[in-house]
Amino acid sequence: MDEILEMLARYERILLLGCGTCVTVCLAGGEREVGILAGQLRIHARQEGKSAQVDEHTIERQCEKEWVEEIKDRVEGVDVVMSMACGVGVQLVAEMYPEKPVFPALNTTFMGYPAQHGIWFENCRGCGNCVLHLSGGVCPITRCAKSLLNGPCGGSQNGECEIDKEIECAWQVIYDRLKKTGRLEWMNNYQPPRDWSTAGSGGPRRSVKIEEVLD
Amino acid sequence: MKSESNLEKVLEAGKFAVTSEIGPPKSADGNVVRKKTGILKNFVDAANITDNQTAIVRLSSIAAASILLQEGIEPVAQMTVRDRNRIAIQSDILGAAALGVKNVLCLSGDHQKFGNHPSSKNVFDIDSMQLIRMLKDMRDAKKFQCGDEMDVEPRLFIGAAANPFADPFEFRVHRLAKKIDAGVDFIQTQGIYDINRFEKWLEEARSEGLTEKVYILGGVIPLKSAGAAKYIKNKVAGMIVPDSLIDRMKNAADPKQEGIKIAIETIEQLKDMKGVHGVHIMAIEWEEKVPEIVKESGLLPRPSV
Repeated sequence: MDEILEMLARYERILLLGCGTCVTVCLAGGEREVGILAGQLRIHARQEGKSAQVDEHTIERQCEKEWVEEIKDRVEGVDVVMSMACGVGVQLVAEMYPEKPVFPALNTTFMGYPAQHGIWFENCRGCGNCVLHLSGGVCPITRCAKSLLNGPCGGSQNGECEIDKEIECAWQVIYDRLKKTGRLEWMNNYQPPRDWSTAGSGGPRRSVKIEEVLD
Repeated sequence: MKSESNLEKVLEAGKFAVTSEIGPPKSADGNVVRKKTGILKNFVDAANITDNQTAIVRLSSIAAASILLQEGIEPVAQMTVRDRNRIAIQSDILGAAALGVKNVLCLSGDHQKFGNHPSSKNVFDIDSMQLIRMLKDMRDAKKFQCGDEMDVEPRLFIGAAANPFADPFEFRVHRLAKKIDAGVDFIQTQGIYDINRFEKWLEEARSEGLTEKVYILGGVIPLKSAGAAKYIKNKVAGMIVPDSLIDRMKNAADPKQEGIKIAIETIEQLKDMKGVHGVHIMAIEWEEKVPEIVKESGLLPRPSV
């Protein structure tokens, strides 16, 4: 919250822009969270004896131009856009309204699913070279603290990762799954070094589906 | 001979090898390394130099290894994949070999979470298995990981770790087999307190014929106190300390001497095990006890080969 207040300190008219997709499901940046944050901003402004005009609005997706275009009038009427989308949404809004400051309300953390209500685990780093078909449906790049490819390090004990007892050793899970399905061979064979160029080490990534490109 | 290192020669000659470990200082004081070298000289065949162990910044392992060479002990430079990508590792290996380092131990490395820079970014471009293969290809095929060729290859005796006490236990021998396939020449194990579990692992390795394909040095870490034993049992992932050992330390009149005694007993047992080719004594910040342990274990004088 302090980070957000610091970002907004110079501005009076704020558009608090929620996103109706992933961040809504993650209870981080949907209509409900927009309402909560707007309330907090108004209270803070009153306490400081300042006036703050907070416009609340949530669109379906901040990662698609069509949806972002629709808020043109609202954006023009404010000093700053505080986006409650992931980093992708923040960047698209900023790109489409370059004359307006666009700030992130969230620290986008990871791609994951809820293990239970209110608890999320990271599952995918979008490394561009999936091994899930070989690794028993468990990603060693994401879920092993050392992203190992040839089995567990010497710190795996009782199914726990050496860095935190709350974290499962991914390789224990992989071992158990592969054993159950008779596919341990993959784990027993040497896996060569990876090409990390698809994982971001090759610079910013782009993806082209040629048949979908219009001219 | 792959490397002509003293350690390789001792093992090739069928002698029971003795290695130990030197932890470089958390400063630029090379004299700390010199002093520790002086303690171990003539008592070990080679001494490991740890590579920023527990992810705490220390004097570089290759620089310390170079000091060891000046002081007349053969170093085993430890190399983790935590802090360097394949470019930096290969460059450092060439540099180490040019300085005269002939033994390298390939490790994953403790996660930086345990160290004094927990907010740092780790690398893990390759893993310890791939590091072994990379060094083997550099040595035997004169090839870099990318496939490019080099004129003068690093003549290295390639080591790696094995931990019979980590899980899944059934995979541990397979992992050893993988390291052998990747090209490892010698193994130093995690510290042995649970001798039964170690024997079980060794027996499996023996029955797979693995002890004929690689030299295995059993790890021994002398205990200083019952508290230290409990700490290792509860706080160090991948280590097992039986309660009987903790009780023995607790009841000892002189726990430090008891710890040394246990270490010597363990070495005596290791000497009798088929498939164990030596011992690796890790006396952490207690290097001055190594000569006594080696002597009392009947491992002197060290062979000159």
